[in-house]
Amino acid sequence: MTDIIRLTAAETARRIASGELTAVEVTEAHLARIEAVDEKVHAYLHVDREGALAQARAVDAKRAAGQELGPLAGVPLALKDIFTTEGVPTTVGSKILDGWIPPYDATVTRKLKAADVVILGKTNMDEFAMGSSTENSAYGPTGNPWDLTRVPGGSGGGSAAALASYQAPLAIGTDTGGSIRQPAALTATVGVKPTYGGVSRYGMVAFSSSLDQGGPCARTVLDAALLHEVIAGHDPMDSTSVDVPVPPVVEAARSGDVSGLRVGVIQEFGGEGYQAGVVQRFEESVELLRGLGAEIVELSCPSFAYGLAAYYLIAPSECSSNLARFDAMRYGLRVGDDGTRSAEEVTALTREAGFGAEVKRRVILGTYALSSGYYDAYYGSAQKVRTLITRDFERAFEQVDVIVSPTTPTTAFPIGERADDPLAMYLADLCTIPVNLAGNAAMSLPCGLAPEDGLPVGLQIIAPALKDDRLYRVGAAVEAAFVSKWGHPLLEEAPQL
Amino acid sequence: MPGITPEEVAHLGRLARMELSREELDHFAGQLDDIIGAVARVSEVAGEDVPPTSHPLPLTNVMRPDTVRPSLTPQQALSGAPAQEQQRFKVPQILGED
Repeated sequence: MTDIIRLTAAETARRIASGELTAVEVTEAHLARIEAVDEKVHAYLHVDREGALAQARAVDAKRAAGQELGPLAGVPLALKDIFTTEGVPTTVGSKILDGWIPPYDATVTRKLKAADVVILGKTNMDEFAMGSSTENSAYGPTGNPWDLTRVPGGSGGGSAAALASYQAPLAIGTDTGGSIRQPAALTATVGVKPTYGGVSRYGMVAFSSSLDQGGPCARTVLDAALLHEVIAGHDPMDSTSVDVPVPPVVEAARSGDVSGLRVGVIQEFGGEGYQAGVVQRFEESVELLRGLGAEIVELSCPSFAYGLAAYYLIAPSECSSNLARFDAMRYGLRVGDDGTRSAEEVTALTREAGFGAEVKRRVILGTYALSSGYYDAYYGSAQKVRTLITRDFERAFEQVDVIVSPTTPTTAFPIGERADDPLAMYLADLCTIPVNLAGNAAMSLPCGLAPEDGLPVGLQIIAPALKDDRLYRVGAAVEAAFVSKWGHPLLEEAPQL
Repeated sequence: MPGITPEEVAHLGRLARMELSREELDHFAGQLDDIIGAVARVSEVAGEDVPPTSHPLPLTNVMRPDTVRPSLTPQQALSGAPAQEQQRFKVPQILGED
């Protein structure tokens, strides 16, 4: 059974389609793994054993009936608890939605089910996806499978930890400032933030609507591409969904050729605050790309220095507006309704009881940034910085095909170290945020272990909007070169749980 | 420096319909001061001539056909309601006694 859980998604699907394995066997192997290790890791908030087995049985029945199976049919997946799932609890890591059972499926959920991907359960996350460590979950932190005393990153720490501890070969995350890529970097897995609008946000609980983007997480670049193709595409239920064909990501992941490609290195991504081992592994990655035939071009994007500041005005502003819907009237928690209090008082008491510290901080910060007298100086200026960052990217992509950088300035930090130091926590997203502000696409994949602490380092690849296929083309080439150099995937060096 | 006081945090909490304890007011005031001090630099960089970007996509008024289609049943829509009565969401009083 151990072998089953270590297979790639592509290989698992192949074996199910050929009859070497049944979908039920595969699902049971993963449920057994969850049973065995998740008490230590805490990647899942909810395991839907019966639902998963029912889906798996349906796949096996389809095959028995001679029906054609999709490219990921029967492959198990861990779904971030931010996507609604009909009949299965959805908490967004918050007490305010404790016990809520959504009456409908998110578009991503619906597409996964239609593709016969088996949804094992819902994964832990920072409350409302606000955080970089998963410590802001109201249901307790998730451990990094590389060292359970360290964070797996966030907000999608549960999804990344599930992959890294072989509790699922596929997962879904969401990325507002780095919440797919940063956990991927910290756990030696692969995570992709698609172009904004590439994957529907319908049924994905909103944090910062102009930045939020769902995307695939996996242990290999090809697996991420296969999942990307399943969840992407235009959705009339999301007015910000782009109505263009899905980029040919699977084809790109299978080609993996970078010869003649122009690769940009941004001088602003480096220097103070970057761990030596991270810089070392990044520089080796650049040399590896050069060795594969890529042309390396040094670039400057001066506005990126203001990205973090702009993000921490824009995201809280949008969240203060989005989270107004949690008013204790139509769903979720209601506190203090004793017949004497007004609706407004009940709303205020419910939000006091239902939101955690980071959510409260951001709602207050956003309310401040949007209040009259401060709007122009803060929110208005941040929107202008957003324009400058977009222009910096446009200029850069006139000279190069993709940009590479470290995904994060440091490796995984100890649980508790930054928990009540918001500014230190925010620095974890230094390299990932500019991509969200501009709306283009990016991937993180493993590029080695930092020599000083033996923890994973992520390489970020950034592509222009709607050119997501370039991420997979470069990612596949880098992955193949590293695996051949190391003799095995990096994740095999993780300690046994 | 903006110098956020606990009283200002309480005011922002009222605007956001969120009760905050005395402890939270004091704690958040210091932290918000630090955060705002760090993000205020956004006003240094962009000149008058730079247009704001509110969204990465140049989309306006995306419409879909106004046709009847399946939706949630009243029972489904009310399934998560903290309180309900006569197929409606039941809420605390929203107007005063008189």
